[in-house]
Amino acid sequence: MSERPFPLTFGLDTFGDLTSDNGRPSTHAQTIRDVVQQGVLAEQVGLDFFGVGEHHTDDFPMPAADVALAAIAARTSRIHVGSAVTVLSSDDPVRVFQRFSTLNAISNGRAEVVLGRGSSIESFPLFGYDLADYEELFEEKTDLFAEIMKGGPVSWSGRMRPALENQDIVPHLDAPLPVWIGVGGSPHSVLRAARHGFNLMLAIIGGQPARFAPFSQLFMQALAKLGKPRLPIGVHSPGHVAETDEQARDEFWPAYRDIIAKLGPSRGFPPPTFEFYEREVGPRGALYVGSPETVAVKIARNLPILNANRFDLKHGMPGMSQESLLRSIELFGTEAVPRAKELLATATSMPVG
Amino acid sequence: MVAEGEETKVAILGAGHVGRVIARLAADAGYRVDVATAHDPEEISLTLDVMAPGANARRPAEAVADANLVILAIPLHRFAALDPALLAGKVVIDMMNYWPEVNGTLAQFERGDIGSSERVAARLSSSRVVKTLNHLGYHQLDEEAAPAGDPGRRALGIAGDDPAALDLVRAFVDRIGFDPVLVGGLAAGRRLQPDGPVFGIPMRRADFERAMELIPA
Repeated sequence: MSERPFPLTFGLDTFGDLTSDNGRPSTHAQTIRDVVQQGVLAEQVGLDFFGVGEHHTDDFPMPAADVALAAIAARTSRIHVGSAVTVLSSDDPVRVFQRFSTLNAISNGRAEVVLGRGSSIESFPLFGYDLADYEELFEEKTDLFAEIMKGGPVSWSGRMRPALENQDIVPHLDAPLPVWIGVGGSPHSVLRAARHGFNLMLAIIGGQPARFAPFSQLFMQALAKLGKPRLPIGVHSPGHVAETDEQARDEFWPAYRDIIAKLGPSRGFPPPTFEFYEREVGPRGALYVGSPETVAVKIARNLPILNANRFDLKHGMPGMSQESLLRSIELFGTEAVPRAKELLATATSMPVG
Repeated sequence: MVAEGEETKVAILGAGHVGRVIARLAADAGYRVDVATAHDPEEISLTLDVMAPGANARRPAEAVADANLVILAIPLHRFAALDPALLAGKVVIDMMNYWPEVNGTLAQFERGDIGSSERVAARLSSSRVVKTLNHLGYHQLDEEAAPAGDPGRRALGIAGDDPAALDLVRAFVDRIGFDPVLVGGLAAGRRLQPDGPVFGIPMRRADFERAMELIPA
């Protein structure tokens, strides 16, 4: 048995899911203000991290997540703020670094960046990228980002972006900027994270969480093989907390059903049935929907299996009311997380490494 | 064709989601399994060690040469780059899908009057092509595999025109954890495709046979 090598941390993620008010969809602008309010509340209820994921659609009007994060950073003092994820493939690594090093400056070292290939691909046509280059774009741009993160002048060349020669990239960091690679199922991405010494964030949005345990093993074995120290592993999964299991399930289901049915055809998801939903909400599924106790038990069961020390609840779904989201954040931060910590503390005899 | 009792050796082309899951199920079932991609085997060997212990990373030509069952677990858009000569004389499982909403359109598969596996078979004219493993997602295959006799065991439809090839594939499907159900010749495999009645839905044999209208509802 080994000690858990990193502190347990808990966060909330959002994709800027369109909120609603009194049954009516909010505007994009109101949704963005709602997200800022969610981030401020996340600090007040004791959470460690608030993440905003880049999206470009009417259901998720959040293309400039770093701007929203800066607003949250300006109104908070302790919570870390970061992406969930930054779609690096269709962005410029230099600009991503500049935006997040600026965020790190504004927040006094509370910024984190989670880089991903993006399971939603709407940014590709929007910015003129070819989906055929999906793999290569991410690979090259991650390599460049890693070069920039080393600090000092950057010399780099590749196929997907003009070369840089001895280029100073500002603003320089005066505090660490944790970098994670968000992985939805590609072992290549796991190995890439290990190679660059970036943390691993497992995006588990469907099916049995235990299925991802081999990804953690792969990450740790790859690090060991490279002679690198252990690095943090996080889990990002969707969910919703309410007073009772029944209330949480009822609040989450219609929004979940609608968005999966909408995205399904283009993403390869089957249309959801209630039976399917109940399985995902159950002990062996990927959704953390329920009372604080139910959600805490599920987190406490899965983190050791996944060798993870961080859990980020992706809260909300398009169409859910801001009121229910704020209540969920409060219950997650003040009840579910402390309870999960308690359960994990008594489970230290479980193997974690 | 393999003689009775001769060991089936499996070559899987593709190490993506489905390739890794099939590699693990086959290795767990005791098959000798080689996995090959277009890249250096070294690139996937650590991944296989962790995610499909027992499966070996090899180059395509080596993996296929030793195998009597080859599984195409590559995206369909990469199929055009595959040399049919590589697969000559082999029994080939086509688990690829033509699913334009997810993977984009491919002109040569666009006309829906014949199934994607029939087009694959037409190009692999020296191989015996069997369609199966395509109608469940990789995590369904991963999670639903169960020993023979398990009351919740899921069915996998099998379509093909060569009886000996069907026998080999039927035994393989059974041994990796699913109830093999023969749905007919390769043309009948159209009903296993993305718009068909069983795509993406794990079902027990009886439910599967009803959905496929192999038995009365």
